[in-house]
Amino acid sequence: MRLPATSGEWIDRSRPLEFRFEGRSYKGYEGDTISSALWGADVRVLGRSFKYHRPRGVLSLANHDTNALHQLGGTPNVRADVTPLVAGMDLNAVNTFGSLEADKGRFLGKMARFLPVGFYYKAFHTRKLFPMWERMFRYMTGLGRVDLQAPHRSTPKAYDFCDVLVIGAGPSGLSAALSAAAQGADVVVVDENARAGGSASYQIGNEASRRRLLAELLVKVAAQPRIRVLTGTYAAGYYKDHWIPLVSAERMLKMRAGSVVVASGAFEQPAVFHNNDLPGVMLASAAQRLMYRYGVKPVNKAVVLVANADGYRAALDLLAQGVGVAAVVDLRSTAGSADPLARLLQQSGVEILGGHAVVEALPDGKGLCAGARVAPLQADGSPGASRRDIACDGILMSTGWAPAANLLYQAGTRMRYDRKVEQFVPDVLPDGVFACGRVNGVHELARRMADGTRAGSHAAAAAGFGQASGEALPPEAESPSHPWPIVDHPAGKNFVDFDEDLQFKDFCNAVQEGFDNIELLKRFSTNGMGPSQGKHSNMNGLRILARLTGKEPQQVGTTTARPFYHPVPMAILAGRGFNPERRTPLTSRHDALGAKWMPAGVWQRPEYYQVAGQDRLACIRGEAHAVRNGVGIIDVGTLGKLEVIGPQAAEFLERVYTSNYANLKVGMTRYAVMCDESGVVIDDGVVARLADDHFYFTTTTSGAATIYRELSRLNTMWRLDCGIVNHTGAFAAVNLAGPKSREVLAGLTGMDLSAAAFPYLAVREGEVAGIAARLMRVGFVGEWGYEIHVPAASGGALWDALMQAGRAHGIRPFGVEAQRLLRLEKGHIIISQDTDGLTTPLEVGMDWAVKMTKPFFVGQRSLAAIARKPRKQQLAGITFPVGYSGAVPLECNLVIDGSDIAGRVTSIAFSPSLDRTIGLAFLRPDLAVPGGTVSIRLTDGTLVQAQVSTTPFYDPDNLKQKEAAESAAPGRPQAGSHRSAQHGGTPTSTNLAVSPVAELLATTLLKPQDQAAAAASLGIADVSLTARHGCKGPGAIAWLESLGLPIPPETNSWLPLDGGGLIARLGFTEFLVEGPDALIAPIAAAPRGPGVYPVLRQDAALIVGGARLDELLRQTCNVNLRPLDPARRPVVLTSMVGVGVTVIPEVRKGLPAARIWCDGTYGHYLWETLLGIATELGGGAVAPHSFN
Amino acid sequence: MKILTCPLNGPRPVSEFFYWGEVRPMPNPNLASDDEWADYVFNRNGAPGVKKEWWCHTPSNTWFIAERDTEKDVVLKTYFHQGEE
Repeated sequence: MRLPATSGEWIDRSRPLEFRFEGRSYKGYEGDTISSALWGADVRVLGRSFKYHRPRGVLSLANHDTNALHQLGGTPNVRADVTPLVAGMDLNAVNTFGSLEADKGRFLGKMARFLPVGFYYKAFHTRKLFPMWERMFRYMTGLGRVDLQAPHRSTPKAYDFCDVLVIGAGPSGLSAALSAAAQGADVVVVDENARAGGSASYQIGNEASRRRLLAELLVKVAAQPRIRVLTGTYAAGYYKDHWIPLVSAERMLKMRAGSVVVASGAFEQPAVFHNNDLPGVMLASAAQRLMYRYGVKPVNKAVVLVANADGYRAALDLLAQGVGVAAVVDLRSTAGSADPLARLLQQSGVEILGGHAVVEALPDGKGLCAGARVAPLQADGSPGASRRDIACDGILMSTGWAPAANLLYQAGTRMRYDRKVEQFVPDVLPDGVFACGRVNGVHELARRMADGTRAGSHAAAAAGFGQASGEALPPEAESPSHPWPIVDHPAGKNFVDFDEDLQFKDFCNAVQEGFDNIELLKRFSTNGMGPSQGKHSNMNGLRILARLTGKEPQQVGTTTARPFYHPVPMAILAGRGFNPERRTPLTSRHDALGAKWMPAGVWQRPEYYQVAGQDRLACIRGEAHAVRNGVGIIDVGTLGKLEVIGPQAAEFLERVYTSNYANLKVGMTRYAVMCDESGVVIDDGVVARLADDHFYFTTTTSGAATIYRELSRLNTMWRLDCGIVNHTGAFAAVNLAGPKSREVLAGLTGMDLSAAAFPYLAVREGEVAGIAARLMRVGFVGEWGYEIHVPAASGGALWDALMQAGRAHGIRPFGVEAQRLLRLEKGHIIISQDTDGLTTPLEVGMDWAVKMTKPFFVGQRSLAAIARKPRKQQLAGITFPVGYSGAVPLECNLVIDGSDIAGRVTSIAFSPSLDRTIGLAFLRPDLAVPGGTVSIRLTDGTLVQAQVSTTPFYDPDNLKQKEAAESAAPGRPQAGSHRSAQHGGTPTSTNLAVSPVAELLATTLLKPQDQAAAAASLGIADVSLTARHGCKGPGAIAWLESLGLPIPPETNSWLPLDGGGLIARLGFTEFLVEGPDALIAPIAAAPRGPGVYPVLRQDAALIVGGARLDELLRQTCNVNLRPLDPARRPVVLTSMVGVGVTVIPEVRKGLPAARIWCDGTYGHYLWETLLGIATELGGGAVAPHSFN
Repeated sequence: MKILTCPLNGPRPVSEFFYWGEVRPMPNPNLASDDEWADYVFNRNGAPGVKKEWWCHTPSNTWFIAERDTEKDVVLKTYFHQGEE
């Protein structure tokens, strides 16, 4: 039944809503929750309890209990007490068999004595009966139903930042926000309720002055521009350094605060008596919420069970709203500070029963509350023998509070039990965390506001704003909580935990069985383990345990409070996924050729290229055949590509690789193995010497980022006079391999490709197809071949030229799988495929690459020790006979000798060139004898025999990749023949250059007429092709100055350049210069000075801007860019959607904008991700001039 | 999520950083016995207390030292490796 309208109520009576519950139609109002609408429509049973399926109504109406969990379409466990009512909702109670009204499960209550505490543990104790119990529990338990067909919902998370976060918008929280904002802090106030005000909006006690106090507070908060109030949002947890997830119905906001005020209040606690769960028995605050928020009459005639002044106020509120009050039953003998309120009640004819308790609620035929049975309390606190029944349809409980201290516990607060207020209060708070109001043990309204003002001031000061003022308040004059609001009853059903139907006696039995520690008791009894997480039950559970064990509550302690404060829906936790992906500049070429992609660490690589009508294996073998017999081409742009430059560059390489590099001739390359300190192989590659002081070297695909990082660390320690530059993303690279590779290449370059001029293992710099390139004669796949490296932006042009030139020779692109087969035929190992975290170079036949005579290299000392010990395993070749048709092992199948494991297969494949299956395997050294036989156990357990073999399997003398092949090579080209003329002069690499996001831009760029509007909202533009030059090193500043460039005086700042463009200082000694070609070309061409290391900048460069930029940044970047003043020209090196970026905040056309640079190989991913978000925000891809 | 202060880029969420391990002086490889060397390579001290550790701010590839109290879970200070600017 609805009450007459009251001021400040949350419902809009002019907007009625229809909805359905359990198949019947009801009416509510806009602003109702599901429960308030049902209660207002006189529905008294909102759900069934979990265990005994007892009918349940309103208990807290505050999400502190879960009596009312409903299924809404595909959404399970909707919390009806706090979920806003929406027209057309069709709801059902969860956890019923049949219907809510005729739930067949309700007979379980009659079986209660067969379901003792710890039932699960006892049931599962017998192994034999385990399956039966399991089936039964799976059927009986669980709440709502999950809809696997539920439509996808977008729930992007966002980062947010504030100086002071106030959790709780009650009187103490709002006071804290005001005082913190007055000291200059930016404040965010978060509250889980739909409106601010907290208990001050319903604990009124029919006093106009209390209402006025809140109204004034709300006006002041609304007038303070430094305060943001987020309602309908809860602080779900506390993480280190004031990192707090704020969860609303739509999304999670990851808030980073300078300091935190916890003003989370307290949960009103139920009293424990027989049948205290009958619909109609509720917390007094729940009744007040029903009346003042939703205009719903909680009951017609109430008995109010109290132990504090709040209860008397609730009784006065009931009278004021026309609800009958049959009696006020006070557990205490006197009303204390509530004496004036008691007199007011008596004047209205309400009987006050001091020193009495409600011992049971009396049900009517439908199981609803129809009366209260009260008894006087004896001196020891237990009820005396006399009984009196008072007719009523509701019992309202106001006997105490438990602090909502979950976040304080999570933050590491030491709490202490304070007998003066009978609750836990913060004793020692962590730095930057403050508490005020009820959670701090301060209950009286004016005192809560004073406490909030104090906490807000201290929090602002902790965040760096103003001076802390205000001292902790003296303790409350009387306790707001009763130490023992519990009466035993022979019939039980006096519930402590309403989620799990735990009764008083369950605790007694659990303690009797020895579970007398709070953490053990929790798990054995499941107290506080339901969806309410103990909000209404932990305190009473603790009191019972303390009394049963004769301890003080302080000694009993509390269970650990973990995130989350309320359960968080999976959809909110999932958010938008950020999985950074690197792609080489040749991605679109591979796609056009039918590449099947496979992940290789963070990279995407073609596994093979699909040929119509052929299966995977046929495609892979066809690719390998092309390399062996004609020519093939593979994208090796994923290799780490590093440079080391400087007088001590050779010394540096000597220390990090196992081989010699000081004696490597300029123009030559050498294989390189890297170990860690324990002598384990961690990487390999090729080192090329371009000049005495200049090396270019490669790492494995997976090591591309980590090896550079580790080398940087080593030289941070060693301080050798050299610089390391990471060019991994700046170069595209292909391997052109096969007997016809030289012919193909010869058509595109003027370089002398003769064996004499460009021998095996040589490195040369020159032009290929008009593109400046570095070429290395390598033999990884065992054929004559060239690894060709060009600036990333020209990678596509190089690929196209090679494919074009190779067409006549039947060129085929080959993928990772064909490459693995080809190298296996050569017996070349793949690090981390044929090695593991314990493999030394000595075990994989790399002794030749380990120079123990050098003064030092990383891992040398360990290898010296290892070399003196007997070897445990040896990598060897294995083969199966030609024509063998039996089963072959898989990688990782074990080698068996007698009953011992004697090794394992690391690589295995059928080689079409050799017409047999070949592999590599770790073998016990005594078995690693060529010609011998080993047994390998297949996955199904059978043993097969393989022959141990030397490697390489194919071309054992390595003639094919060397000069010996020259005479045999068909169509040997003229040495030194000049062919570049056929390309029409000498095109420069720049006019072949393509942006890393060119293909994406082409398909997503908005129509010209739509661009201006998109750019005003959120535009994203590609400026990757702007000319750019980078350099770093101790000599960089002097060199740039000598070229007439201004040097930004501050680290991480930039300066504009005359004639357009900018120079950005990245850290101390690295620079990025960008601008018109005419400006950049001379810089790029200028000879570098000493201590200057050029950095090839092939970035993806974007401009993002518009009115909604902040929202995009908040979804993608965990660093607060808002406080940065673009006029001070800051440069920020940070991470965005998981990608390392350089950001310059700007203002363009009066709107916020940002320049963003990232490694070009991440450009694809960054562009797609940012554009996706921009599109959601009403923007899109635009041309750069949209921002000018 | 923790905040760590890069001496160059300032306070940043710890997700921007790479943790390497404790700073431990390498014994002279030519003088150390096999046992001393093995102790250096394989053994780590997990006892709570103040640790000097290598950390790298990955977006800027900035290596630095953090002194961290693993018992109190606080970073006491961060600074460049000796000899750095």
